Amino acid sequence: MISIKGLKKSFDQLEVLKGLDLEIDKGKVVVIIGPSGSGKTTFLRCLNVLETPTEGKISIGGQQIDFSAKVSPKLISSFRRLTGMVFQGYNLFPHMTALENVMEGPVTVKKETKVKARQKAAFFLEKVGLSDKVDFYPFQLSGGQQQRVGIARALAMEPEVMLFDEPTSALDPELVGEVLKVMKDLANEGMTMVVVTHEMRFAQEAADEVIFMDGGFIVERGAPDNIFSNPTADRTKQFLRMIQ
Amino acid sequence: MYLNNILADPERLARLIEIAQNSVVPLLQGAIFYTIPLTLISFVCGLGLAVLTALARISDVKILQIIARIYVSAIRGTPLLVQLFILFYGLPTIGITLDPWPSAIIGFSLNVGAYASEIIRAAILSIPKGQWEAGFSIGMSRRQALRRIIIPQAARVSIPPLSNTFISLVKDTSLASMILLTEMFRRAQEIATTNYEFLLLYTEAALIYWVICFILSIAQGRIENRLDRYVSR
Repeated sequence: MISIKGLKKSFDQLEVLKGLDLEIDKGKVVVIIGPSGSGKTTFLRCLNVLETPTEGKISIGGQQIDFSAKVSPKLISSFRRLTGMVFQGYNLFPHMTALENVMEGPVTVKKETKVKARQKAAFFLEKVGLSDKVDFYPFQLSGGQQQRVGIARALAMEPEVMLFDEPTSALDPELVGEVLKVMKDLANEGMTMVVVTHEMRFAQEAADEVIFMDGGFIVERGAPDNIFSNPTADRTKQFLRMIQ
Repeated sequence: MYLNNILADPERLARLIEIAQNSVVPLLQGAIFYTIPLTLISFVCGLGLAVLTALARISDVKILQIIARIYVSAIRGTPLLVQLFILFYGLPTIGITLDPWPSAIIGFSLNVGAYASEIIRAAILSIPKGQWEAGFSIGMSRRQALRRIIIPQAARVSIPPLSNTFISLVKDTSLASMILLTEMFRRAQEIATTNYEFLLLYTEAALIYWVICFILSIAQGRIENRLDRYVSR
């Protein structure tokens, strides 16, 4: 489903990603953990081409971009539609209701009719448990509700892969559960997901594979049980000790 | 002193009241047929120009950026009255003769365009980067994100400063009197030169400007309330 080869990203002189290779199968849930500054968020943003990699190839569901050549904005736009992004800070459109937020992609990008888009938006809002909040503006919603609208907005574009960039980091502790539940449901339905998170419980319960990143490299990867109970690399051990 | 003199002299008072009554209609006509349309037309044209200029400033195309910068710098760096004089009295020298109306509309539109472009540019830049990214992440192009996500939010931010520009424009249109447009202030001047009641006529004109601007600031408040409906207060 996803294949990444030799992915590098530099900001000016600073090399943040130093050559990543990764294959992710359809329907798998991959959780990326690692200390801050390890490049995990940059990596996720590269998959959505919010950051343009300096080098390397990414292919998702048969479409490929080679970043060693110049890439056209059109190709980037169509490539982005393969992935849905959920942001740490939700980034909902504040001037639109929950329903309008979710409709926006289908109407503006996919050129669907408003009637169809509205049905679709209502469907996805129901899926994230917000049927009673469709006409609320973001400022009227709690953080957890806003993030669930964010998930519905991404789902409405019917992406092949869902990307989550620390989706619960900005939330009050009591609101984390409702977002994680929605994510677990998605995982159980067979959605391919790449999740950057500090929620180790989520990683243990929902991930098929855990990737530990540090210093712009993938240090270690494996099944959650292996990574959490029998890490092989010293850096992984050190990191896990620090967060526990 | 002045007031005492008037109150002590019933004949003078009666004359002033009569002049005031007789001049209200011509002044209001000046406002309704000149000041207000000139303001509205110039503001709409200027706003269009301002959006284009702001977009040119934030575009990736160097040459557009430079043209926009020069335009804004030239307009902001020269007096409006001088700009109007160049348009109306200067251009005929090189064979371009404009009537007072087009001169005034062009002059005021260019002026509003330059000042408002900075407001709009600042408003666009004030919208968090995450809003652009959220638009991109659902597959929007730059243009779509701008139109659907950024501009509607920037509009809200720019209403108070744009209202300032608009209210300034109402008053600035009095400068059109200098290029022979018989707008409200010129009418006040014309009437005053026949009866020498300068204080009365100019005060009357000032009051009418004030009323117009007062109504505009009420309208501003309403628009702000409307656009604030999606922001917590």
